Amino acid sequence: MNTNNMLNKDLKLEKKTLASDVQKIPTRNGFGEGLLEAGKKNSDVVALCADLTESTRMHLFAKEFPERFFQIGVAEQNLATVAAGLAVNGKIPFIASYATFSPGRNWEQIRTTISYNNANVKIAGHHAGISVGPDGATHQAIEDIATTRVMANMTVIVPCDAIQAKKATLAAAAVIGPMYLRFSREKTPLITTEETPFTIGKAQVLWEEKKPEVTIFSCGALTHNALLAAQILKNQGIAVEVVNVHTIKPLDEKTILAAVKKSGAVVTVEEHQVLAGLGGAIAELLARTTPMPIEFIGMQNVFGESGDPEALLKKYHMDPESIVRSVQKVLRRK
Amino acid sequence: MPTTKSLTKSKIKKLELIANEVRRDIIETLVAAGSGHSAGPLGMADIFTAFYFHILNHRPKSPHWPDRDRLILSNGHICPVQYVTMAHAGYFPKKELKTLRKLNSRLQGHPHREALDGLETTSGPLGSGLSQACGIALAARLDNQRYQTYCLTSDGEHQEGNYWEAVMFAAKERLSNLTVVVDRNYIQIDGHTETVNPLDSLKAKYEAFNWNVLEINGHDFLAIVAAIHEAKAEYQKPTVIIANTIPGKGVSYMEFDYRWHGLPPGSADVPGDPKKEDQVRIALRDLRTLEGKIISEHE
Repeated sequence: MNTNNMLNKDLKLEKKTLASDVQKIPTRNGFGEGLLEAGKKNSDVVALCADLTESTRMHLFAKEFPERFFQIGVAEQNLATVAAGLAVNGKIPFIASYATFSPGRNWEQIRTTISYNNANVKIAGHHAGISVGPDGATHQAIEDIATTRVMANMTVIVPCDAIQAKKATLAAAAVIGPMYLRFSREKTPLITTEETPFTIGKAQVLWEEKKPEVTIFSCGALTHNALLAAQILKNQGIAVEVVNVHTIKPLDEKTILAAVKKSGAVVTVEEHQVLAGLGGAIAELLARTTPMPIEFIGMQNVFGESGDPEALLKKYHMDPESIVRSVQKVLRRK
Repeated sequence: MPTTKSLTKSKIKKLELIANEVRRDIIETLVAAGSGHSAGPLGMADIFTAFYFHILNHRPKSPHWPDRDRLILSNGHICPVQYVTMAHAGYFPKKELKTLRKLNSRLQGHPHREALDGLETTSGPLGSGLSQACGIALAARLDNQRYQTYCLTSDGEHQEGNYWEAVMFAAKERLSNLTVVVDRNYIQIDGHTETVNPLDSLKAKYEAFNWNVLEINGHDFLAIVAAIHEAKAEYQKPTVIIANTIPGKGVSYMEFDYRWHGLPPGSADVPGDPKKEDQVRIALRDLRTLEGKIISEHE
């Protein structure tokens, strides 16, 4: 079986990404390493955490730069607003907590003091999606892409693996403006390599076809399931493309429209509510440019529950087989 | 009294006259806007005048001067008093006050940092100003900057959870370069603070949170300035100055009356108070009969 050749060679992706022994690293690790490196590069980078320092991997920065790390305690509203104060006086604050708490509990503080105020704060939302697993629905953020992308001035990034997470974190420190970065808890397969380019706002065609019948747009670690689905579909004789939309806002309209021009049908894949997240953003774009059939993979207007991460993804139809079925379904609608 | 700048009797008299003029302009600005808050701005006119005309180390013509003291207004709804005082201090032309709450104005209904130079934060939603002030005071410490950070808050916003998160954090970080002034006027939109959700004893609460606590008459310039000096002399803790103020101060029918929290004069009939059409005239008459007269020009 020689299906790896559909992986975009220009992007220098991880060669073993579809192999069973692919290396798995949580995206939060990439955040921790990226933040540490950003701190070394720029002394204005500061970090604030709400009692989840190790879990969010902020401990790497805290250990290296104790004078630039602020332990806020279990107080996410304070987390966001202290950061806003630091930012308007020249600092580059990164704030970290679980995404259900930040940007969940402190949404209005983020809206007023970071987004509207145009403060240069980077919000790291951790343990996002249902793959948090046993902790259950209270700790599974499935609304955070929606609630951040509706805010003006806000950039929204969902990296697909740990290496991209590190690059996204470094890129976040280097640009001015409010930003939300979304990370997951579980170890997930590497898709990219150190050599893979990363630019905020530039989507990546990971799996290429000359004449695709469907385009799969994905974000986050589920992108790996989208690649697995593409491989299954290829064996069935169905050609698809997989586009990693790591930046949900601003959306890379050029790349997306070029991709759908070739296929004429879309499946979106995200570990998030199908309402107002990546799928919503794509649907908004296509509705005002080139309307076409779309199927949405994600949480179907329900909450998650406790369970093993892989079993949860299967139950809520985010596994490769479910993506395959959605592709088949959207093909029938063409 | 301790001073770093002289506060002579004649300076106090001058500040009182400015404050009266600020009150008059608050009324006229609110009338032009047709909506907005009256009681809080009138009650805080003396404190704002003290800050912009005596306490702050600032340069109104260079609002981004890095060494300026930072003044953060947490309860953004009393911004008419800030706008009027800033205009008097020379941040922008007084005639612009008439644009408050109007389309394309720099004077937004609640203050927006990006709209007007000289504003340090964006505020309106309550309870978030103090934590931003904490961040600003932390930035000063990180950069070895000597500026003072002042945060002006309402009493009502002490009902917000975010507020107490910041109170805890400022004490933890020993932010002695941070001073809070609480407008303790005992009113909020729905009534008396102690009826809506009791706050007393605020003094005991702050002491329990390990703050340096001072309590003053918020209309006494000598007391205001002395308290600020005392706060500057504190090197271990953040300081809170609980300023007892009279909401609506200077306008007889508004004083102590929570019903004037969110109304401008001339906008509605309020039972027991002058009729709608007489409210503006009476407010301005009352203000003119305050100590001395309102001066039309000051340097």
